[in-house]
Order: sequence, then C-alpha cells, then structure tokens
Amino acid sequence: MNRHLLSMRDLSAEDVVRILDTAESFREVGTRVIKKVPALRGRTVVNLFYENSTRTRISFELAAKRLSADVINFSTTGSSVAKGESLKDTALTLQAMGADAIVIRHASSGAPHRLTTWVRGHVLNAGDGTHEHPTQALLDLYTLRERLGRLEGLRVAIVGDVLHSRVARSLSFGLVTMGSEVTLVGPPTLIPPEALAWGVQIDHDLDAVLPKLDVCYLLRVQTERQRLEYVPSIREYARRYGLTSARVAMLPDEAIVMHPGPMNRGVEIDSDVADLPRSVMEAQVTNGIAVRMALLYLLLGAGGEEG
Amino acid sequence: MSAEVMDASDIRRALTRIAHEILERNGGPEEVVLVGIAQRGDELARRLAERIREIEGVEVPVGVLDITLYRDDIGMSAEAPELHETRIPFDVSERTVVLVDDVLFTGRTVRAAMDALTDLGRPRRIQLAVLVDRGHRELPIRPDFVGKNVPTGRRAQVRVLVEEVDGRDAVVVQEA
Repeated sequence: MNRHLLSMRDLSAEDVVRILDTAESFREVGTRVIKKVPALRGRTVVNLFYENSTRTRISFELAAKRLSADVINFSTTGSSVAKGESLKDTALTLQAMGADAIVIRHASSGAPHRLTTWVRGHVLNAGDGTHEHPTQALLDLYTLRERLGRLEGLRVAIVGDVLHSRVARSLSFGLVTMGSEVTLVGPPTLIPPEALAWGVQIDHDLDAVLPKLDVCYLLRVQTERQRLEYVPSIREYARRYGLTSARVAMLPDEAIVMHPGPMNRGVEIDSDVADLPRSVMEAQVTNGIAVRMALLYLLLGAGGEEG
Repeated sequence: MSAEVMDASDIRRALTRIAHEILERNGGPEEVVLVGIAQRGDELARRLAERIREIEGVEVPVGVLDITLYRDDIGMSAEAPELHETRIPFDVSERTVVLVDDVLFTGRTVRAAMDALTDLGRPRRIQLAVLVDRGHRELPIRPDFVGKNVPTGRRAQVRVLVEEVDGRDAVVVQEA
C-alpha cells in the first residue's frame, strides 16, 4: 500500500482485500467491553475538515481513539483558517506540531494530494470536492462483502447525481477493481460523459434496471449545493429516481439497499424503504469505524521510509 | 543446518504431562480456561483441552487470542503486522486462565498477551504453558508449564510445526 490514501484508483484488488480483512479483525474489537487497543499509542491524528461533516469526522475520531492515538479536531470555523490562513501554512503548522496522520476533507478536488507535498505524515482523503471519498467506498465494499459474501460478479446500480458525487466515483472505481458489474443510473444531465471509461454501464431508466440487481445504491440529492438546475424539480427527480415501496418490489428478494447518508427521506428514498431490513445504512455506519481503524492501522503501523 | 528436537510422539507426551500438571496445580479443571496465542498456541490449547477431557471427562473452554495490536514493535517493520482472529467466547473474569504458546523466547509476546487478556476481564490468575522454552528472556517472565527446555543461540530459529497447519508435528531448530 501507498503511504497515503488519496484515491480508490491507487488500490489493487489485493490491497482492498487486505484492508477489508484487517477491518474484520477490528469489528471484533468493537464488540468488546473495552473497545480500545494500544496499537497506535503516542501517535497523533489530525482531523482537518474544511467542510462540515459530523458523521465522517466522528467516525474517524472514534477509529483513532479506539487505536489509542491522540486526536486533534481542526475545524475551519473559529480557527486560523477563518483568519485567512492558507492550506499550506495550516499544513506546515500541523507538521511542526508532529502530526503523524492528517485526515482531510476539502471542497477542492485534489487538496489532499497537494497536502502530501507539504507534510511528512500520512494523508487520508475524507472527501475532496467532486473527486473522491475512498473511505466511504471501502466501508461500502466491506458492508457488501459482509452481507452478500462476495464482491466479484455483484450487480450494483449507483443511482442519482453521479456528476457531483465523490462517493459514486470512489465506489465505482472500487467495485470495478473487485470485479463487480456497475451501472450508473440517473438523468443524462447528472451522469458524467467520461463515466464509460471507468468500466461501468450507464442507464437512465431505473425501473428497467431494478429487477437485475444485487445492490441498489442511492446517492444523496444535494439540495444544499444549488445543483437543482440539472433536474426540472425535486419532485420530478423523486418520481423517476426515488426508491419507493413499489420500486423495491421490483428488486430481487436478496437485493440490498444502501445509502451513504445523510438521507433525504421522501426524495431519493421513501421513509418506509429506509427502514426495511434490506436497507443496511446502520451497518454501513458501524462498519465505517472498523474500516477507518484498519486504514489508520495499516498506514501508521507500517514503519520505514521517510516520505 | 536444522535439527529436529521433538517429534510427534515427544509432543504428544509433553502435552499429556502438561495437562496433568495443569490439573494438579489447580486442583481439577473447574476454574480453568485455556487461551491459545495465535497462530500455533491455539492449536496446542485445543489439544490440551482434549487431554483434560480424556483425563477428567470435563470440557474446559478454549479461546484464541491475537496479540498483534498489543505488540511493542508496531511501526518498526516495513508493513503493519498482519492481524489474526481473537475469539474468546467466555468471560475470563474470576477464572484461572492458562495462556498457551508454542515457544517462549524474549517474553514480549506473553507481556502483550497479559495486557490483552486484562482488557477482556479480570482473571483470578494467569498461568503460562509453553511447548518449548528456548531462553533469552528480556522481561521478568517465567513459564508455569514447559514441554521441553531447548538451549539455543540468540539468533537461532525455533519452529513448532503442527499437523493441522503444517502437515506434521515437530519442533525444529535452525541455527543461524
């Protein structure tokens, strides 16, 4: 594995299996009375979040704490960033404080990569712009393997605003690496033209795709990002691409429903559907901690070369 | 050059004796649980449990403990050490836990195992059973039950082979 986790494209199938197997061991740690092991005692992990994301930050924080690392949460409101400090200066400050790993979320695609050129510690991409969100993809792969027993040959539809979704990109790359069959589903305005080069299929008719799926993965409609000009209206989107009870009935019996959260109930997913046993959102959250523990362990637990 | 210092029947006899010693020391099997240290100790722990069942007709609980996350050398090798399964499906509190490992060397593994175990509960006492004690301790740790003392050079390799994993039972010393 590389020193950093920036993109799912950097991971081979072998790397993914190693990460998921390691996460499996950490799932067991999460069932103990004392959910903490001393593996990363004395190491410092910085959460550097330029965008709000309570769930991803908390998940990383818990993962680092369960490995006994010291955790610093550096959020941009009320900090030096609000006073105009550049990413580079912030990075150099964290470096000077001895950060062994920096978990970064940033609105600009490529910011984590830039960070690696300024710091010696490990960099983990917790979501950058519309580029990638590799830890979400890995926790999704873990959940799929746990629920369905395999990744190879799985038929997965990723439904929604693929164009602006770093989750969709990372998950597509990961699934294709592991030999799954991926179909991107959404209105033509929200599917990037270059997506065919990812090794996926494209379809615009959700109803035609549903009967052939093992997994229906719904993306969040990002109402807060003013991307509504891409669809006639939210209602129109929900009518064509929202997962309703009627549509769930078209899925094969064994098929599962996934969503990276937070959900817009009544838009991309109906409230009843979100609460079905085949909707595995809670497992995704629980597995997220184990997968992030595995990543921190594999990156920080490796010694050796100075970067 | 390598030498076989124990064969299958040596190992069988040693484990039978250790099983008797565990019972004698603890006045029977009632309080005893066995915890093998991955990856060879768990197989030896299962065999000790089998012997105890033959002698006393009682099943003692057997668990497996992976101590990797408690090691004191994480971050010192090129790759993070591989993790193995920990499965201890019983409460260790107020029990006599017999830790079982294949080879006792520096004592660092046993130190890690004791830390891991006390995170899982509060055993009444912890005892240590090893198939081979090869010396060269770096910590004040001593075994309660020993299959065989094998004096070795500091750099020699001692390998315990078990049927289930390696295809045969043997203890092999490879001098550096």
